[in-house]
Amino acid sequence: MSKKLKAAIIGPGNIGTDLLMKMFRSEWIEPAWMVGIDPESDGLKRAREMGIKTTAEGVDGLLPHVIEDDIRVAFDATSAYVHAENSRKLNELGVIMIDLTPAAIGPFCVPPVNLKQHAKELEMNVNMVTCGGQATIPMVAAVSQVQDVAYGEIIATVSSRSAGPGTRKNIDEFTRTTAGAVEKVGGADKGKAIIIINPAEPPLIMRDTVHCLTKEAPNQQAITESVHAMIKQVQKYVPGYRLVNGPVFDGNRVSIFLEVEGLGDYLPKYSGNLDIMTAAGLRTAEMFAEEAHNGSITLPARG
Amino acid sequence: MNLKDKKVVLHDMSLRDGMHAKRHQISLEQMVDVATGLDEAGMPLIEVTHGDGLGGASVNYGFPAHSDEEYLGAVIPKMKNAKVSALLLPGIGTVDHLRMAKDLGVNTIRVATHCTEADVSEQHIGLAAKLEMDTVGFLMMAHMATPEKIVEQAKLMEAYGANCIYCTDSAGYMLPDEVSEKIGLLRAELNPKTDIGFHGHHNMGMAIANSLAAVDAGAVRIDGSVAGLGAGAGNTPLEVFVAVLDRMGADHGIDLYKIMDVAEDRVVPLMDQPIRVDRDALTLGYAGVYSSFLLFAKRAEAKYGIQARDILVELGRRGTVGGQEDMIEDLALSMAKERAKEKGLS
Repeated sequence: MSKKLKAAIIGPGNIGTDLLMKMFRSEWIEPAWMVGIDPESDGLKRAREMGIKTTAEGVDGLLPHVIEDDIRVAFDATSAYVHAENSRKLNELGVIMIDLTPAAIGPFCVPPVNLKQHAKELEMNVNMVTCGGQATIPMVAAVSQVQDVAYGEIIATVSSRSAGPGTRKNIDEFTRTTAGAVEKVGGADKGKAIIIINPAEPPLIMRDTVHCLTKEAPNQQAITESVHAMIKQVQKYVPGYRLVNGPVFDGNRVSIFLEVEGLGDYLPKYSGNLDIMTAAGLRTAEMFAEEAHNGSITLPARG
Repeated sequence: MNLKDKKVVLHDMSLRDGMHAKRHQISLEQMVDVATGLDEAGMPLIEVTHGDGLGGASVNYGFPAHSDEEYLGAVIPKMKNAKVSALLLPGIGTVDHLRMAKDLGVNTIRVATHCTEADVSEQHIGLAAKLEMDTVGFLMMAHMATPEKIVEQAKLMEAYGANCIYCTDSAGYMLPDEVSEKIGLLRAELNPKTDIGFHGHHNMGMAIANSLAAVDAGAVRIDGSVAGLGAGAGNTPLEVFVAVLDRMGADHGIDLYKIMDVAEDRVVPLMDQPIRVDRDALTLGYAGVYSSFLLFAKRAEAKYGIQARDILVELGRRGTVGGQEDMIEDLALSMAKERAKEKGLS
């Protein structure tokens, strides 16, 4: 029996296609289905050309094949509005749901911070926060692992070309969801998130700034070591995740300046914001597969 | 230029844009003092919030002396005739802030986006219009896009529900011809019922000239700031602009001597530094950089030894937009590293 878990991707847009390309390289996850709603969509055509089964009937078109094709994990790259229903239907059939929408009905997952715990507890729905959250929360956690953080603030700057219609239409979701996760996952008592969209040409690579206010004077050496160690953790799944400057210390303020360059699989390299979402989502599924393979979790039984 | 009997609605920025120049440290008492003076002088609209709008309180932009709620709650009940507006930048503030402002009695919401990114404002403009507020779409850094692009973006905001659209010269970069062209095209292309506004900065010394060009081309609302208190070299100094409009016979509704007195007796004394076209403010205008970067660049110069002018020019070259204050310290650190490396090699 293969150690790989079979997966379905819901939503054949930019994110879904980029995810599919990354999945072909995975040692742990095997792409099986691409789910869309428009048979003529470029995304479904691309998936068919790459040899993946497709349906244009939405999640309902996938359900009859879940057991026979042994689909174990699904990635939802559609919208917050339909996610809950997609998740309910697939969870019922024992499919683990990785939520790339802002729906956040399951716990937030930021791989180097809390993925292991979610995998061990076999969470059937995990939410990947936001691009800005994936890029910055590891740094907030790197500081809060050393000492108490009273306030964590992140500023994500993305190129205009990489900010899709979903993000634009509902930009408050970004600020709320990210700020919430800076607290819940990052470990700051209070979180704040800011997003800036920049139209410069050529498009700028995603930039992220993290400011933490520590309760006591910051332990500079320990924080610097923790930040560098965390950078290496993120680089395992996003090689273009780089520390540009910092950590800089100014009183109780700790500031970290980051750049996130994507792999350029389907999305251009400047779209580090989208790349870090797909990479983190895939990394999450891989961790479930690894844990299942080494027997530390048992996937839902199937006849 | 003939502005005789032209209607001009002035909008004071000293208690919002002026917050940049005061590092957001204006006291409640000072706010009320300036606002009541403006009210008595006949100012129809006064903006009150953190310099970066509702929700701007942050490490990135600076923590204010008081919250938006406290400022609005202190000023609004004291107004006899003036209405109060609040600025909101999607990506920084949310619809929760908007509802709070409405509940406190804010009359006008100004939803600000970069001039090419109007589609992030749909939620906020939509809600403000639904709440029957005076709803303004505020296209910032308007020198960075063509007149046609500005019109396209303005139409989006208009479609979301804005009843007034601003062409905003956040960098104080524009010269009068550009203002005439952009305001003129907006006036020609938007719904005749939609008001057009202009917001200037004085970084190239053009704020009065640009505001006149805007009125001449069809703008009705003009932003300015009593004594010019605002980011960069400040906004269009309102007492000066009122005197000019007076001489031209325009219909502005302000008591000139009273606004002169507010400027001299209430605003100038609270300035931390003279608001003038100094070397760095001029660089903002010349290089087309967001005016509120000024004090951040000066602080970075003091801390990292890189001249503010060099930092600002490079930020302009990179196409930095409003809100990217974090890039100032980042760039100063990178430039300092680069210089240290060069020294090591030589």
